[in-house]
Amino acid sequence: MKLVRDTSLIFQRQMQLLLRNPVWILVGIFQPVMYLLLFAPLLKPALGVRTNAEAYEIFVPGLLVLLAIFGGLFQGFGLIAELRAGVIERSRVTPVSRFALLLGRSLRDTVSLLAQAVIITLLALAFDLRVFIGNLMLAYLMLALISLMTSALSYGVALAVKSEDALAPLMNTVAQPVLLLSGILLPLTFAPGWLQAVADWNPFSWAVNGVRALFLGDLGAPAVWQGLLIMAALAALALAWAARLFARSVR
Amino acid sequence: MIETRGLRKSFMSRQGREKKTVDAVRGVDLTVDEGEIFGFLGPNGAGKTTTLRMLATLIQPDGGEATIAGADLRKDPGEVRRRIGYVAQGGSTWDDSTAREELVLQGRLYGISKSVATERANRVLEGFQLSEYADRKCKTYSGGQRRRVDIALGIIHEPKVVFLDEPTTGLDPQSRAHMWDEIRRLRAEGMTVFITTHYLDEADALCDRISIMDNGEIVASGTPAALKREISGDVVRVGVSSPARAAEALGSADFINKLETHDDSVRLYVDEGATAIPLILRALDSASVPLGTIELHRPSLDDVFLTKTGRSLRES
Repeated sequence: MKLVRDTSLIFQRQMQLLLRNPVWILVGIFQPVMYLLLFAPLLKPALGVRTNAEAYEIFVPGLLVLLAIFGGLFQGFGLIAELRAGVIERSRVTPVSRFALLLGRSLRDTVSLLAQAVIITLLALAFDLRVFIGNLMLAYLMLALISLMTSALSYGVALAVKSEDALAPLMNTVAQPVLLLSGILLPLTFAPGWLQAVADWNPFSWAVNGVRALFLGDLGAPAVWQGLLIMAALAALALAWAARLFARSVR
Repeated sequence: MIETRGLRKSFMSRQGREKKTVDAVRGVDLTVDEGEIFGFLGPNGAGKTTTLRMLATLIQPDGGEATIAGADLRKDPGEVRRRIGYVAQGGSTWDDSTAREELVLQGRLYGISKSVATERANRVLEGFQLSEYADRKCKTYSGGQRRRVDIALGIIHEPKVVFLDEPTTGLDPQSRAHMWDEIRRLRAEGMTVFITTHYLDEADALCDRISIMDNGEIVASGTPAALKREISGDVVRVGVSSPARAAEALGSADFINKLETHDDSVRLYVDEGATAIPLILRALDSASVPLGTIELHRPSLDDVFLTKTGRSLRES
C-alpha cells in the first residue's frame, strides 16, 4: 500500500511538472512525424508492397518502438538535473519507498510516450493505416513495457555516472546497434543470414516483430506473446536494478 | 538526543592510476543534548559533511554506532528518517516548482496526509516569512529565500532533530543574521539543531556547544566560552615604530609568557591582559619607546583551533 501511495505521489509530481511545460509533446512528435512524411513515402516501392496502407503497417510499428526505446534511454538527463538540484537527496532523507522514486518517474515517461504514440497512430490513420483497436491496445502494452525498461535503464546509468557528459555517448552507443539490429526502419526479412542471426539476439527485434504482427491483425502470431514476455521480463530486471541504485548512496 | 561511538567512514579515491583509501571520518564520538544548537566547526574537507550524511542515513558508516532521537542508526534507519530533518548544503528545491508545492510534497513523502501537509506548509511558510512568495516558482527566489525554503522543507514533518549542513554559506551578511534568528527560533520551538560551519563567528555566536573537527577527527568539544578559556591567557598587540626597541624594553619582564616581533608591532602573550597592560605601558615609558597603539585580544576559536591542530582555521 505504501508503495502504491508513494509511487502515485512521485508520479503526480512528475506529471504536474511535465504538463507545466508542454513543449515536450511537440518536440517528442516532431521527429516521428518527419519520418512519417519524408521517409515513409519511399517505402512503398522499396518494400515492393501494393498500397500505402501496407507500407505503413510495416513502418509505423517500427517507428513506435523506436520512439519507445529512444524516449526512455534519454530520460536519465532529467534525473541528473534533479540530482544536481538536490531533489533526489531531499527525497532520500524521507522514509519514502526507494522503488517508488524510480517507478513514479518511469511511469511518467511511459504515459508521455503513450500520448505520443496515440498522436502518431492518429496521423497514420490519415494515411490509410487500419488497425483493430484490441490489437492496438496490446501493441501499446508492448510499447509501455519497452518504455519502462529503457527509462529505468537510463535512470540506473544516470545514477551510476552522475554526469550528462558520460550519459550522452553511453546511451548513443547502446542505442545505435540496438536500432540497426532490430529491423525498426526496414524489416530484417531482407537481411543476409548472419545479420538475421545476430538480430535474433536483440530483444527489441522480437518486440518489433510482435508489434508488426499486431498491426497486421495477426493476434495469434507467436511473435506477439514472445515479444510481450521478453519485454516484461527485461522491464522487471531493469526496474529491479535501477531501484537498487536509488536505494544506495547517491553521491 | 544524539549519541555516537566510533563512527567511521573511508572512501576509495583514484588519483591517476593509483587507488587510495581516504579515511574521511576516523572514529567520531559525540553527544548532543536535547534542545541545543550543536555546531561542527572545521575547515572544508574535515569530514563534517560525511559525518552529517551518515547521521542522516544517506551513507552507511563503515564502523561505529549511533543513536538519534532514540532510534538506532544501523538497526532502524527508517525510524531515524522519520524523526530527523536534513538540509543539504547545495539546496534542494526544483526551479519550476513553487515553495508551497515543494513543502506539501515533502510532507506527504513523510507519510502525512494531504490536508495536514497543506496546513503545515502554510504554517512554516508564515514562520519563515515566505507566504508572499509561496506560489512563485523557486527559480525566482533570492539566495536567502531559497535557503529558507530548504530549511522549511527539512522541518515540515516536525522532527526532533534537524541537521543543517553549512546553512549560511554563500549568504550576504544580512541574510546570514536573519538565518541565525531562524535557527534560534527552531531551538525555541523545542528542536535540537545540529549545524556544520567553517565560520568561527557563527560557531561562537550561534552554537550552545561545538566540536572542532579536523582531518576526520574531533580535536576539541565544549561550549565556545569554555574552549576559549582553555587557551590560557590573552594577547596584547603593541603598535610601535621600532619593534626592536620595544622588544628590548619588554624582553626581560617575567609576566610575559612569549614575545613575537612583527613589522610594526610586538605581540605579547600574557596570563591576564588587564593587569599586564599597565606594566607594559610603564616599561615602554621608562625606556622612552613611543607608543602607537595598544590592543587587547581575548583568545578566539581560531586560537583554539591553532593550539589543537597547529594551523589556523583561516588559512586552511
